[in-house]
Amino acid sequence: MNMMSTKEIGIGNLLASGMTLKQHRDAILERTQSTGYYNGLENLEFRDSDPIGYEKLFSKLRGGLVHARETAKKIAASPIVEQEGELCFTLYNAAGDCILTSTGIIIHVGTMGAAIKYMIENNWEANPTINPGDMFTTNDCAIGNVHPCDIATIVPIFWAGKLIGWVGGVTHVIDTGAVTPGSMSTGQTQRFGDGYMITCRKTGINDEPLRDWLHESQRSVRTPKYWILDEKTRIAGCHMIRELVEEVIRADGLEAYEKFSDEVIEEGRRGLMSRIKAMTLPGKYRKVSFVDVPYKHEDIQISNAFAKLDSIMHSPVEMTIKPDGKWRLDFEGASRWGWHTFNAHQVAFTSGIWVMMSQTLVPTQRINDGAYFATEFHLPKGTWCNPDDRRTGHAYAWHFLVSGWAALWRGLSQSYFSRGYLEEVNAGNANTSNWLQGGGINQDGEIHAVNSFEASSCGTGACAVKDGLNHAAAIWNPEGDMGDIEIWEMAEPLLYLGRNVKSNSGGYGKYRGGCGFETLRMVWNAQDWTMFFMGNGYMNSDWGMMGGYPSATGYRFEAHNTGLKERIAIGDSLPLGGDLDPGAPDYERHLDATAVVKRDKQCMTTEDCYDNHDLYLNYLRGGPGFGDPIDREVSAIENDLNQKFLLPEFAEKVYGAVFTQDAKGVFSIDANLTKQRRTEIRKERLARALPTREWMKEERERIINKHAAVQVQHMFATSFGLSEKFTQEFKDFWSLPADWQLLEDELGVPTYGSKHRMDLSLMPDVKTVVQVEE
Amino acid sequence: MSYTNEQVSHLVEGSLDWETTFRMLSMPKDNSRFEQYLAALQAKVGFKDRIVLPLAPHMYIVQSAKTKQWLIKCDCGHEFCDYKENWKLHASIYVRDTEEAMTEVYPKLMAPDTQWQVYREYYCPTCGTLHDVEAPTPWYPVIHDFEPDIEAFYKEWVHLPVPERVD
Repeated sequence: MNMMSTKEIGIGNLLASGMTLKQHRDAILERTQSTGYYNGLENLEFRDSDPIGYEKLFSKLRGGLVHARETAKKIAASPIVEQEGELCFTLYNAAGDCILTSTGIIIHVGTMGAAIKYMIENNWEANPTINPGDMFTTNDCAIGNVHPCDIATIVPIFWAGKLIGWVGGVTHVIDTGAVTPGSMSTGQTQRFGDGYMITCRKTGINDEPLRDWLHESQRSVRTPKYWILDEKTRIAGCHMIRELVEEVIRADGLEAYEKFSDEVIEEGRRGLMSRIKAMTLPGKYRKVSFVDVPYKHEDIQISNAFAKLDSIMHSPVEMTIKPDGKWRLDFEGASRWGWHTFNAHQVAFTSGIWVMMSQTLVPTQRINDGAYFATEFHLPKGTWCNPDDRRTGHAYAWHFLVSGWAALWRGLSQSYFSRGYLEEVNAGNANTSNWLQGGGINQDGEIHAVNSFEASSCGTGACAVKDGLNHAAAIWNPEGDMGDIEIWEMAEPLLYLGRNVKSNSGGYGKYRGGCGFETLRMVWNAQDWTMFFMGNGYMNSDWGMMGGYPSATGYRFEAHNTGLKERIAIGDSLPLGGDLDPGAPDYERHLDATAVVKRDKQCMTTEDCYDNHDLYLNYLRGGPGFGDPIDREVSAIENDLNQKFLLPEFAEKVYGAVFTQDAKGVFSIDANLTKQRRTEIRKERLARALPTREWMKEERERIINKHAAVQVQHMFATSFGLSEKFTQEFKDFWSLPADWQLLEDELGVPTYGSKHRMDLSLMPDVKTVVQVEE
Repeated sequence: MSYTNEQVSHLVEGSLDWETTFRMLSMPKDNSRFEQYLAALQAKVGFKDRIVLPLAPHMYIVQSAKTKQWLIKCDCGHEFCDYKENWKLHASIYVRDTEEAMTEVYPKLMAPDTQWQVYREYYCPTCGTLHDVEAPTPWYPVIHDFEPDIEAFYKEWVHLPVPERVD
């Protein structure tokens, strides 16, 4: 009497086919596997028999998804969503495969699908049950989310009592209640500090959020007002799209909708293969990226001694483009996950690369799971991109993902270049940082957290026919926008003392990378305020291309006890504008002698105290360059000098420019003298160089003697520990003795995680969804 | 969609007008581009070897006019190696592995710490052209970064006869 029956629960009847959702999904996978076509669809019956009807359906649904995003985002108050557009809506079929997605952070083409698949594999239809009007909320990074601040609302779509699909909406919230404030904080080293974590929880019934959820979730984060408005944004968008699907079915019929939703995925699969054949070149491409994780520094204050070490993320990729247009992305040799917040779930990787590919290889509206089915992913288990331990932190998975994917873009650019599509070449990406984050009591007297999304406008990589764009974009959001100063000053108790193009931040080359920008912020009218830095400093995460240099690395500037309150009161000089040349710093000349200044390469810190009138420099990175710098046109260098994009010293040293400056400060380059100087530079290059094989003998000795910083050896040791293939290739390349080895144990640094790990799949009653070759 | 040989030559020179460049970016790709590209490059180089595949602004896989071997060649005429080999192993290298060497090319604080990362500059041993800058950690193997499947590309993708090759 007090229990619901299976009839009421509806087990096996959701699809009105007698099959459970799992049986339904397994059958699709089996048909895809055995035929090579998504769901066995060798023929696209609907598309081929009624192409106009098919396209009309496509346009209605895709237009509706974009419309829902544009409308719903106006509900949000968070500038991350409302200004930066960090939201996305996606339509899935009943098996959780993506049909279509809106604009925005389309990394989520597959992340919410992974959550749906997790619900299917773990029998959510029996418990907690799936009914019309339900809402599920998830942000669990162990089952496919990118990072915990991407909160997803997932709504099932029913028609005539039958489950026909799902719609998901995701927003990037400002705070997740992690150990430290901000959506992507650094103060934690594990999942348990990553903040409020929700695993596909039923949070709404009959289109109403449940009250326990509303009460619990809002008090679990620092910014409840933003949180609840973000939730309303997601729900509104999902319901708009659900209504759209109902309208489409009323107009075109269920059969047409269901056929479309399968065929469009198969079409997406074929579409990627045809784009690959139309734009690239078959063969093997090998690239690699690195990210510094400098956790030994005193300004990294964490609660775990075992995480206090410097380490390096290693992301080698072998991209094989096959003659049939399929491709394989193989990350064998990648380093192990670590005790920080930059680890990534396999789905964050496989789903996320499409946000980048939509900016190069597949710049179409037809982004769906079809592309996934045309791609072989090899992400070895235990690596940073496929952790094998359920404790891993993911708050800023992007830090590694962005860098790992940049290598792919460089590989593709090699193919575009060799094929003659020079206009498509991109030398690589900026390391999309710094991330200004922090919190405390804001200018309105409320508990608050901040995460400045100015990083959405870094410099882009150079092209093979033009410079990269200055302060323009971020790989993770094709519609990035740096946001208006006035809006940021409303959202953050931080006044702007400058917002300038960052000199010398773009990588040099015949075509230079786009410059980043820098903003100088002064804490104002806050109480108990904290901030921290997050970005690259000791290393560059991306390379230049074909003779172009990488962009500049990051550095940090912060100042305390500045005396600015008094200086403002008496009208004394102030630090304003850009930090033009960190080699000849000027800000310090406008601070009191008592000021405590930190200027160094430690671009990763944890929550530190800031008083009103303290300073923080937010430096957003530039992009890498393309081609030999001494091929750069004289007029382009002159322009860079006059716009302060380039410091004179480096115009001379890197570009060989010979110039004069007139009384008004205008630079003029002498083309003839520059030509002569460049001839000398060629000679100087050869005079200081060695034949590569000679240099290799010296480097081999350093390896034999284990002469390298601990962090470098640690990176190799973790890669060796996971990959025999990488180890053997390394030893073969350097002709190392058979018994040469490098183990973590010999490095004198903490090795927690090197031997003892426990994957989520080992927990009772949990079935994880594996979508890659491990 | 197709473009004139003159337009493709301008693209190679970096002097194509923005309107046409934008059209190239936004419209479906022109299948004839590869042939036009090869012709534009062949007209620029001072050697008689046939360009099989461009690798970088000053580097090509060529078919040797004398031996028909496929070689990797700089546009100054320097021959690096067989096309299947890693040309970097036959280049001249300069490694920026000190702070002093790094601050030659970047302002203080804006270059990597060489305890973490070094820059390897690969030059043509004859003309000193900078063909590539690697930015790896110390110890990292010299990456063989591109092994094109030229036969499949010519035969199956652009439907052109594969140039003769003598190994």
